[in-house]
Amino acid sequence: MTDYEMVIGLEVHCELSTESKIFCSCSTKFGGAPNTHVCEVCSGMPGTLPTLNRQVVEYAVKAGLALNCEITRKNKFDRKNYFYPDLPKAYQISQLYFPICRNGHVDIKTENGTKSIGIHEIHMEEDAGKLVHDPLSGKTMVDFNRCGVPLIEIVSEPDFRSADEVIKYLEKLRDTLQYLGVSDCKMQEGSMRADVNLSVRPRGQKEFGTRTEMKNIASLKAIARAIDYEYERQVDAIEAGEKIVQETRRWDDEKEYTYAMRSKEDAQDYKYFPDPDLMPIEISEEYIRQIREALPELADAKRDRYVNELGLPEYDADIITGSTTLVKVFETSCSITGAPKDCSNWVMTDLLKLCNDNHISPEDITFRHESLGEIIKMVNDGKINRKTGRDVFAKVFTDNVDPAKYVEENGLAQVSDLSAIEPVIREVLANNEKAVSEYLAGSEKNFQFLTGQSMRSLKGKADPQAVRATLQKLLDEMR
Amino acid sequence: MTNEEILRLSASELASVIREGSVSSEEAARAYIEAIKAEDGKYNSYVTVCDDAIEEAKRIDEGIRSGEIDSPLAGVPVAVKDNICTKGILTSCGSRMLSNFIPPYDATVVRKLKEAGMVILGKTNMDEFAMGSTTETSFYGPTVNPHGTGKVPGGSSGGSAACMAAGLAPLSLGSDTGGSIRQPASFCGVTGLKPTYGTVSRYGLVAFASSLDQIGPIGKNAEDCALLFNIISGVDDRDQSSTESDKVDLDKIKNFDVSGKKIGIPEEYFGEGIDEDVRARVSEAVRFFEERGATVEKFKMPIIDYAIPTYYIIACAEACSNLSRYDGVKYGFRPEGVDNLMDLYIRSRSEGFGMEVKRRIMLGNFVLSSGYYDAYYNKALQAKALIKKAFDEAFEKYDVVMGPVAPTTALNMGESLSDPLKMYLGDICTVLINIVGLPAISIPCGNDSNNMPVGLQIIGRHYDEETILGFAASYQRG
Repeated sequence: MTDYEMVIGLEVHCELSTESKIFCSCSTKFGGAPNTHVCEVCSGMPGTLPTLNRQVVEYAVKAGLALNCEITRKNKFDRKNYFYPDLPKAYQISQLYFPICRNGHVDIKTENGTKSIGIHEIHMEEDAGKLVHDPLSGKTMVDFNRCGVPLIEIVSEPDFRSADEVIKYLEKLRDTLQYLGVSDCKMQEGSMRADVNLSVRPRGQKEFGTRTEMKNIASLKAIARAIDYEYERQVDAIEAGEKIVQETRRWDDEKEYTYAMRSKEDAQDYKYFPDPDLMPIEISEEYIRQIREALPELADAKRDRYVNELGLPEYDADIITGSTTLVKVFETSCSITGAPKDCSNWVMTDLLKLCNDNHISPEDITFRHESLGEIIKMVNDGKINRKTGRDVFAKVFTDNVDPAKYVEENGLAQVSDLSAIEPVIREVLANNEKAVSEYLAGSEKNFQFLTGQSMRSLKGKADPQAVRATLQKLLDEMR
Repeated sequence: MTNEEILRLSASELASVIREGSVSSEEAARAYIEAIKAEDGKYNSYVTVCDDAIEEAKRIDEGIRSGEIDSPLAGVPVAVKDNICTKGILTSCGSRMLSNFIPPYDATVVRKLKEAGMVILGKTNMDEFAMGSTTETSFYGPTVNPHGTGKVPGGSSGGSAACMAAGLAPLSLGSDTGGSIRQPASFCGVTGLKPTYGTVSRYGLVAFASSLDQIGPIGKNAEDCALLFNIISGVDDRDQSSTESDKVDLDKIKNFDVSGKKIGIPEEYFGEGIDEDVRARVSEAVRFFEERGATVEKFKMPIIDYAIPTYYIIACAEACSNLSRYDGVKYGFRPEGVDNLMDLYIRSRSEGFGMEVKRRIMLGNFVLSSGYYDAYYNKALQAKALIKKAFDEAFEKYDVVMGPVAPTTALNMGESLSDPLKMYLGDICTVLINIVGLPAISIPCGNDSNNMPVGLQIIGRHYDEETILGFAASYQRG
């Protein structure tokens, strides 16, 4: 049987996280009551005109620079004409002839080392509204809230050869755009959506096979499953002597199969032409330079720095840099404590465990980011012990209490004052004569027992080192 | 002052008697509203008459008295073409499609009229979606030319020109995409200014062809047009194609001296198809300026041959996209008893649009469709560049270019509906100006043998409204 290779190109739509829409001043907030973030412009009233939100250009340029693209100096917007009830003007303002970014690339890590995925172009456009089907009335309603939310569409070259590469790329895009602060890239809210163009060809063949397109798949896992299914389907079809039809297919994630939606023959003619309502946007060298200089440190550079300069294990650095929130908590903790290794341990064990126990993702934590660093500092300074620190953090995590205040109000400060420890230990020794005499006779393990008894009497607040030292001193005196 | 006396005043005269206090804005509005109610049955120049204009005028009178409103046209009524959005007032575009459309917002020009203390009398009739040269394609029936029964008023701003000619408004606003202010002004014997593209905000003007559409004033004379132009012009944040421009200096217009000025006459404007009477009247008008010291020179502009196809390709391409939003989903006409989405689209658009609009939508879709874009739309853009170059060269030599507004005077009603190509060819003298975005004015320059008005067109450099208004004013002073 022939060995087939899959060839995939991606079109990824990301909603930009600007406060207002691309061509009017309506809010871009997700989840408002239907048609509450709507004005005469974004609902396509007769006579209205678009006014470009300059921040959209800035965000698109940021994304382009971070993805190693060339920036188009003279930008234009074009109209993409088609009828659908969620598109009130019956055309989408997009960029066909002069997209804002071109010829970029993204490097991903695969099993066979680093691979560079080409970015064909990035263009700016407006999102459409949403149709809501009301099963009670049998009617279909339109919600224009999302109309005019700014999008960038990132079009890759057909460089992917496996589902794994696709997922790595999408994760990398998501991390990068989140670091830049230009998109929150939440697939479940639709602020990041991927269309997958897939074809197969006998390994070694140069020409591409006929491709199908799978639109708007809702999660990374579903994308991986859809790719594997569609690859098998195409291979089976070819092996059975069938021709692959160029068409759009939909992935049904419950039934785990794709089905045809429309073929190329029904493909629409979008009749693109330059939008006469919007003037060309000139982007200067100086503008690009300013944006380039203000770019934040991106995930790759950060991870390298964590490993090489801060001495974090690669695994820890990967996990932390995989979330902008973890990065914020970690870096805040480091600047409070000056102890990166300790901070990474706390993040990797305590913070992630608490997230897990509370079923939330790190992005959704609610406590003050400084709190963790303050707790670590108290532990490192010997003000509280590790166990108390963990308990305080649990309280911080759920109730966002102030750590120092909480420690004080609940009397959790560690007792490291020897004059306070010594009388308690003397009493423990007096109450455990048998264990003491056995120890003095040579039973070393009784030292552990006496330490435990002492800690218990000190209600766990004592510095374990101080307890051990005092105990040793007192026992030595009894020899 | 009697109503008859009020109606005879020019807008600037009316403004000054209101300022002096001898006539109130309320009296002026009442005189016009009563006249419209009594007379407009004959002309059908208004689609909507604003009954609350009188109440509005009372408020403006208070504002004028308190000094709150202080503008050169404070208290003066004005008629507005029915494709310019007026909050709370039907804006139909002369179409069944928008026969129920009440805009929730004011066009920028309407806001400016209100801020200047002007009173909106009503909305004027027009060719459906401004597509036409006769005002016969309106859903609300044709407008009649007050100068001759059975004659069209021109179009598409036929209502705005006819109401001026009939004395049913002291000033009006029209829109001009390929001649829609100048040609009806010419047919109705009034003065119409198409300003430089971008000087007046298009925000709230229901789009026909976005790169060509321009709002402008129609008045009894050049001075009135200048006053209204100064009120409506200016850069607008809501229209990115709008630009800042200087206000016109009224004193300069009133004292404009044509001596030493250079006038260029494109020979092609007097080529075949032009009416003998039109040729004669326009030539006499040009001689008027020559006698007062201007130099006149004929020149060749062969690119004019490409004006009509270039214009209709660009205009229809933009129109088919601009008019796609009328789909029966959000506003406007929606038929009863539709079965599904496709049915809703097809029936809304088939029943909501008239013949001429459908013709242009189809033309536009054709020239933009895949495989034809380069052959038509891109070619038209290239022709546009050549036309611009021809005018740039002309304006290196001349201060203004002159010619007729249209090859004929007002046509008989019904004549051009059966022959759209003939109607399109009538736009030969006006469409070029929109393609290049130049300012041009149409002024009456006598009548033909049937006593129908002839129009002289004066074309100026970009942003040089002052010069063409000056020429017009000096002609009108005599």
